[in-house]
Amino acid sequence: MDSAVSAPEHDLVTITGLTREFSSGGGLMTPRRTMRAVNDVSLDVPRGKVTGVVGESGCGKSTLARLVLRLLDATAGTVAFDGIDLATLSPGEMRKLRRRMQMVFQDPYSAIDPRYTIRRALLEPFQVQGVAQTAAEANATVDELISMVGLSPRMLASFPHQLSGGQKQRVGIARALALRPSFLVLDEPTASLDVSIQAQIIDLLEALKQELGLTYLFISHDLSLVRYFCDRVVVMYLGRAMEILPGATVQPRHHYAHALLDSNFEPDPTRRKVITMLAGEIPSPFATIPGCAFAARCPAASDLCRRERPALTDLGGGHMIACHHPKD
Amino acid sequence: MALLSVKNISVTIGKLNLLDGVAFDIGAGEILGLVGESGSGKSLTAMCVMGLLPRIGGTITEGSIIFDGREMIGLPDAELRRLRGKRIALISQNPMTSLDPIIRIGAQIDQVSTLHLGLSAEAAKARSLDLIAQLRIPEPEAIHGAYPHQLSGGMKQRIVIAMALAADPDLIVADEPTTALDVTIQAQIIQIIVELVRDRQLALMLITHDMGVVAQACDRVVVLYAGRVAETNSVEAIFAEPRHPYTRELIRCIPRLGQAPGSLKGIPGAVPSVVDYPTGCRFNSRCGAAEDLCRNTVPALERKTSGLAACHFSEA
Repeated sequence: MDSAVSAPEHDLVTITGLTREFSSGGGLMTPRRTMRAVNDVSLDVPRGKVTGVVGESGCGKSTLARLVLRLLDATAGTVAFDGIDLATLSPGEMRKLRRRMQMVFQDPYSAIDPRYTIRRALLEPFQVQGVAQTAAEANATVDELISMVGLSPRMLASFPHQLSGGQKQRVGIARALALRPSFLVLDEPTASLDVSIQAQIIDLLEALKQELGLTYLFISHDLSLVRYFCDRVVVMYLGRAMEILPGATVQPRHHYAHALLDSNFEPDPTRRKVITMLAGEIPSPFATIPGCAFAARCPAASDLCRRERPALTDLGGGHMIACHHPKD
Repeated sequence: MALLSVKNISVTIGKLNLLDGVAFDIGAGEILGLVGESGSGKSLTAMCVMGLLPRIGGTITEGSIIFDGREMIGLPDAELRRLRGKRIALISQNPMTSLDPIIRIGAQIDQVSTLHLGLSAEAAKARSLDLIAQLRIPEPEAIHGAYPHQLSGGMKQRIVIAMALAADPDLIVADEPTTALDVTIQAQIIQIIVELVRDRQLALMLITHDMGVVAQACDRVVVLYAGRVAETNSVEAIFAEPRHPYTRELIRCIPRLGQAPGSLKGIPGAVPSVVDYPTGCRFNSRCGAAEDLCRNTVPALERKTSGLAACHFSEA
């Protein structure tokens, strides 16, 4: 395993000042507008750990996922994988490196070609990467992959439509693991599944991480799931990292992270929540906000917050927060 | 007496038997949660209550639905139309299925009260503005003149709720009203719905797959599994002492704060497809306690010390 050979003390992925802009308009009739989907995000992904990124729609978490694998190019900033700056790689070198970094997508229905059998879908990564295999090797590979994700080799002859959502997501995971990567980006891998199946998939991902020594970047909108599954949690809002929690049980101190936590209903009627209504809604990503992105909705916002953007600072023990007036 | 009483309804579409003996009551001022995973029959039950089943080619083969003392099955279409919107309102998952994209928001809400309450255009507008304000939407006047696409998803869903309330209904059927929304917005909408239902003493049938929403909002809960009722009880009892193994497992699938790593397991297997439901208890293939009896004989929905449960081995 690559991860076992290289020094374990280094972070596997180091993200520095990562920014990605998208533009729209700019034709005859509409002025060109630019938004920053990801805005100056810096983050380390430690080896062998699960780093979670949580936030609501439009916070930039999926763009971040794609930037980390260089499925999108950054406007500014760098992503270093095992010390290699991805932006310096040629397309050929990037393709080669992708054997070590893979993605599991939210929608298992669209991640697999509906005309492919599961066997063919699992062999596709080897063809794309030009890995030559004899027929016997190929058979052994797919047998091993399908068993690894808890499915029967009998399913190899099936087509995706014959599988349930949970089974399809297992195939999606098997495919991501085909080339023996050390790093997986999991982009909402359970968001389209029923809860009983979601828990199965999380259990499987935990077991695979142990077994194969994997490192995960786990993208989700579900704070309770992230707090259960992840060693560190990054809370994003409007393209920025608002708070980084070093452990699952650490109480968030950013007002947005707090609101997110408060909105998370617990499966316990004796612990009902009183919802504090946040003012307004998530601003348009095209708006230019001079100060803190959350200031317009924050109960503790002052003039300072509206004027000056708080920098991400360390509260100690790796607990980082970008807030002028953290909650006690 | 219950405002709505659904008595052992069974539903078929073509040759498929999709609901089998679904039963529950909702009283005025009560929030009933209808919970289950995909394919459990939640939305189909809503269609039955709304009298919309024939529109999708379904037939109620057995049972009855009594609303305010009247049998709803077999009512002529004109009567059903009078009930829908006026006395029974629907809030659907996607607000855009309820809103017309090319008609101003205000006109769409006004229409409900001119049609069902016979209000003048002026009175209807005043009423709509009042409702918009009650849903805590800022600048009601501006929103009244806006088009749906100018609003965010959360705001659109509030407008749909305003429309549902416009004719002063007695029963609201809310089918996954917050599933498409972000968590902070979901929390606010649930809070608003609960407050409005309590204030107005409405009956609410809340369909959801989210046990967190159930715990937060509901008074009583019906757990559906593969077209049958697994269990019915008060919300406290459902979470404190679930009587059906499926309910117990479903609650365990939600991670709690401080839960030990590796302890979240899920329920093995998947919900069976309607074309190959197992004989006996439909949960038997996924149940850790299943015996031959469960594989051969359908457990009846029986009264327990509290609530009802359909399990051969459930405690009293």
